[in-house]
Amino acid sequence: MIADSVTAILRAESLGRVADGKVLVEDASFEARAGEVLAIVGPSGAGKSSLLRLLNRLDEPTHGTVYLQGTDYRTLAPRELRRKVGMVTQRPYLFPGSVADNLRFGPAQRGERLPDPAVDDLLTRVGLEGYAGRSVANLSGGEMQRVSVARTLANAPLVLLLDEPTSALDDAAKRGIEALVRAIVRDQGLGCVMVTHDMDQAARLADRALALERGRVVRAGSIAEVLHA
Amino acid sequence: MLKLFFHTPLQLGLAQALAAALAAGVVVLLARRRGIHLESEAVVAMVRGLVQIVAVGSILVVLLRGPWWTSGFLLAGMIVAAGATSARRAKGLPGAFAVSTWAIAAGAGSVIALMTCLGVIDTAITTLVPVGSMLIANAMNTNGLALNRFRSDVRAHVGEVETALALGAEARNSVSPYVQASFEASLIPAIDSLRSLGIVWIPGLMAGMLLSGANPVYAAIYQFVVLAMIFAASGLTSLVSTLLIRGRIFSPAEQLLLPREA
Repeated sequence: MIADSVTAILRAESLGRVADGKVLVEDASFEARAGEVLAIVGPSGAGKSSLLRLLNRLDEPTHGTVYLQGTDYRTLAPRELRRKVGMVTQRPYLFPGSVADNLRFGPAQRGERLPDPAVDDLLTRVGLEGYAGRSVANLSGGEMQRVSVARTLANAPLVLLLDEPTSALDDAAKRGIEALVRAIVRDQGLGCVMVTHDMDQAARLADRALALERGRVVRAGSIAEVLHA
Repeated sequence: MLKLFFHTPLQLGLAQALAAALAAGVVVLLARRRGIHLESEAVVAMVRGLVQIVAVGSILVVLLRGPWWTSGFLLAGMIVAAGATSARRAKGLPGAFAVSTWAIAAGAGSVIALMTCLGVIDTAITTLVPVGSMLIANAMNTNGLALNRFRSDVRAHVGEVETALALGAEARNSVSPYVQASFEASLIPAIDSLRSLGIVWIPGLMAGMLLSGANPVYAAIYQFVVLAMIFAASGLTSLVSTLLIRGRIFSPAEQLLLPREA
């Protein structure tokens, strides 16, 4: 276990999930800290995405739990938890409509309308100035993923979960998203947990890492310790 | 032509059933030539349908002599059977049988009850049971279509549904586009039946009324009444079932319980 509860925003404790008799994640304990990227690495089928889905309770853990700022997340309303622990998936799954409609989706769920200046500000942060009125149907893959990041940020999360966010992008778009993630996490002091199968990307972006094999954490520590073990 | 050879109603009925089954058999053979094997399913469905309808006809003979309220039990039994049949079209949806049965009871049951109270449906068993069964059967088909479409749509859009959940959407809001699409799609047959009434088809009930000597204008109006009741019963059933099922596919922690499309 990597432990430093002082700066931990999100802390998983003995987290595990068994579904249909198959162990997907077993006894995972770690924490995500403010302003740091924690990479979850491992081969295909190791349980990386399954672990990430437990962190915002898209799936239910069968063992252990997660603490968000010291509070057991099972005591939080799932919607409230998911707003605070935002997720960006491999495919952006944008909703039909304009870029602004997508950014307003999260706040609208709690009856708030994101004002135009806030939309513009979010788009500036992800490098898409002037895109508010554009239809999502006319965006490139990299632009769609940037909208997806901005849409998640519109909920003002404390933690960002990234599930292979660049695996469907070309090299230039990939580097752009990496720079964006680094800037957002460092500048805003967000916690970030990123699943990636790309060790080079983990080395470029992450501060610390967990290596997973068959659902178990086999190595944990600084990015250098984990990647060069 | 068959009437020349068969003189009793039973003989004639069996001969007519055989002729109709032969026509269905030709379709099965044609399908087989194109590599589609419907043989066993078609034979089982036809034999089963014939046995069931003859059994019901025999039961009706007994029930016709009973008091009017016995039709309530018969219709209730039909609703449960319709719920079970409909639920088969929605395998994998949690609680499909309960949802289907409640939805058909609410949709067809309430229309039958209201129309009987208003005197639109006669309380005589000979009217109440056949007309009621028509409403239940159509509600069953609509319900099956709605649940089937809802399951396919949600399973094909797991990513979108979970994205909405991950952004803090209420579970029921995350599937609302699919609830709406399923409801609309399930009502297409009922709407088309109403739209094409008299032009594309003259329904069996009207044909029967004409054959038994009813006034053609009254027969036509009553056929419209029946189709409007079918539309009401089907629409209400679909509305109830899609609203009920959307709550069943999520856990209490608002996690989607349906697997992604294989």
